[in-house]
Amino acid sequence: MSNPRIKAAFEDGKAFIPFVTCGDPSLETTKKIIAELAQAGAAVIELGIPFSDPTAEGPVIQSANMRALEAGTTTDKVFDMVADLRKTIDTPFVFMTYANVVFHYGIEEFCSRAAEAGADGLILPDVPFEEKEEFAGPCRDHGMDLVSMIAPTSEERIDMIAREAEGFVYCVSSLGVTGARSSITTDLDSIVARIRAVTDTPIAIGFGISNPEQAAAMAAKSDGAIVGSAIVKIIAAEGENAVPVVGEFARKMVEAVRA
Amino acid sequence: MTKGRFGIHGGQYMPETLMNAVIELEEAYDHYKDDPEFKAELNTLLNEYANRPSLLYYAERLTKALGGAKIYLKREDLNHTGAHKINNVLGQVLLAKKMGKTRVIAETGAGQHGVATATAAALMDMECEVFMGKEDTERQALNVYKMRLLGAKVHAVETGTATLKDAVSETMREWTNRIADTHYVLGSTMGPHPFPTIVRDFQAVISQEIIDQCMEKEGRLPDCVLACVGGGSNAMGTFYHFIDHPEVQLIGCEAAGRGIDTFETAATINTGSLGVFHGMKSYFCQDKYGQIAPVYSISAGLDYPGIGPEHAWLHDTGRAQYVPVTDDEAVDAFEYLSRMEGIIPAIESAHAVAYACKIAPKMSKDQIMVVTLSGRGDKDCAAIARYRGEDINE
Repeated sequence: MSNPRIKAAFEDGKAFIPFVTCGDPSLETTKKIIAELAQAGAAVIELGIPFSDPTAEGPVIQSANMRALEAGTTTDKVFDMVADLRKTIDTPFVFMTYANVVFHYGIEEFCSRAAEAGADGLILPDVPFEEKEEFAGPCRDHGMDLVSMIAPTSEERIDMIAREAEGFVYCVSSLGVTGARSSITTDLDSIVARIRAVTDTPIAIGFGISNPEQAAAMAAKSDGAIVGSAIVKIIAAEGENAVPVVGEFARKMVEAVRA
Repeated sequence: MTKGRFGIHGGQYMPETLMNAVIELEEAYDHYKDDPEFKAELNTLLNEYANRPSLLYYAERLTKALGGAKIYLKREDLNHTGAHKINNVLGQVLLAKKMGKTRVIAETGAGQHGVATATAAALMDMECEVFMGKEDTERQALNVYKMRLLGAKVHAVETGTATLKDAVSETMREWTNRIADTHYVLGSTMGPHPFPTIVRDFQAVISQEIIDQCMEKEGRLPDCVLACVGGGSNAMGTFYHFIDHPEVQLIGCEAAGRGIDTFETAATINTGSLGVFHGMKSYFCQDKYGQIAPVYSISAGLDYPGIGPEHAWLHDTGRAQYVPVTDDEAVDAFEYLSRMEGIIPAIESAHAVAYACKIAPKMSKDQIMVVTLSGRGDKDCAAIARYRGEDINE
């Protein structure tokens, strides 16, 4: 039983899925950026809950995590922000954070509070298939999807991961951590084909997508493009003035993936 | 329960990108660990190259001065490269070579594991890159030079607290970037399965030798064994073959820094709580939202906010006891052992010596204590001099 909001998000053309680190530079700014992203036509919005040691992130998102924590961002404050946004915005929200943030909060408690605030899914880059049930169970109990990741190195693991995928499959475009790449050389067509062979769950490609051309190319291969570092970079440069700049960027990306 | 568990601890909390790499490693290790040729090759390296077996030395002056238990020192400081780290590194680099890898990467805190990895890489003709917190590259500049001398590339990690945990994170990131030809030589009994098991097995030679040597010298097993604990590799090596001898007390000495009632501590069991980080479920120093705490110890090698999962389990079951030792106590022990026995211990190992000095007088003269000296203290002399207000050039 998939989360209905996420399911619907993929029924209306190709999806542009932006990521922001909550609390960078402040939760008030994040809130405005999220509203702007929804307005711009984001299909799903990934909300990063900052973690002190984000081991799957490149330097751009690492720095955003540090700024957010230094600004006093906490999981509870993020929940409050989401609850507030949910009153006016219907775009699906997917939390993206690290296992310890959820585990130490209490997995059941985290999922219950997140769902209550209006979150629809959860992405944990340090929880692979083998360890997922500990988190997926409580997610499911509260109507959220635990999104599975598939990497260029997954190979024969693709079938088992895809078969149990919920919400959407997060297909990692390249080796390494998050961040812009000049080109993506992974044979994504064959990975996507292999996923499609076992599941109808939509597929979104992320890691390294920083411009409309790349987003269009990735969305053409799949059901959507996930863009993180490129947006976080704008926020790092513009600070509290980032809202319209992110909005303009997002509109171009939405247009590109839908073309 | 998933693979690689010690009670509830351990597991494989890793990015999907690395899962096939850790599975491949597990399969290779399962194959080679019982392979007679691999075992013979590793044994030759340990004995002919690394100077094993290490001595079990009766510290007579120390024993008499403390007036209690008979104290033996397990002299891992006499190994090639000056610490126990070489035991694990020779095993892992040899394994990597068998797996067809041509490049090794490693994190390092004090620099001992980095130097050991660079050494084994030179010996076995592998490319080597070491990640070290920027703060540690400054605390341990000589080790940085040694690694370069041995042909390794050293990266100063500036993210986070610029210490050991950040070096581990950065090495994991680098591994996701380049997997096919690269093996990550994890330096302690931590990280995702199979690392805690592999590192423990390669370090278990310490307790095997203690048993053999103690039987030969005393005709019986010791009453207690002590070792310092950061991630926990020299301690796991010291404890392992004693786990099934409940009469032998196992004591791990954690770095309390300025004290476990302060925030400037790295004593994970004494101040931490259950978490999931760096590939494993275990105890970590963290805040109420699960943010990993910026830990502190005078010892770069123990300055880590977590502890290996097998230690966490030994703590849960009560089989081992984990005690905090402050900077001050460790520095006192560093100086005391130097004067009493003419042995300068690593500041990490001095944590175990400090606790040994505390409990030995309370034990009877017919009791036997073994303290593992995980490394030698040459690398620490300048820092300890500074700690005592004396500014010397390295």
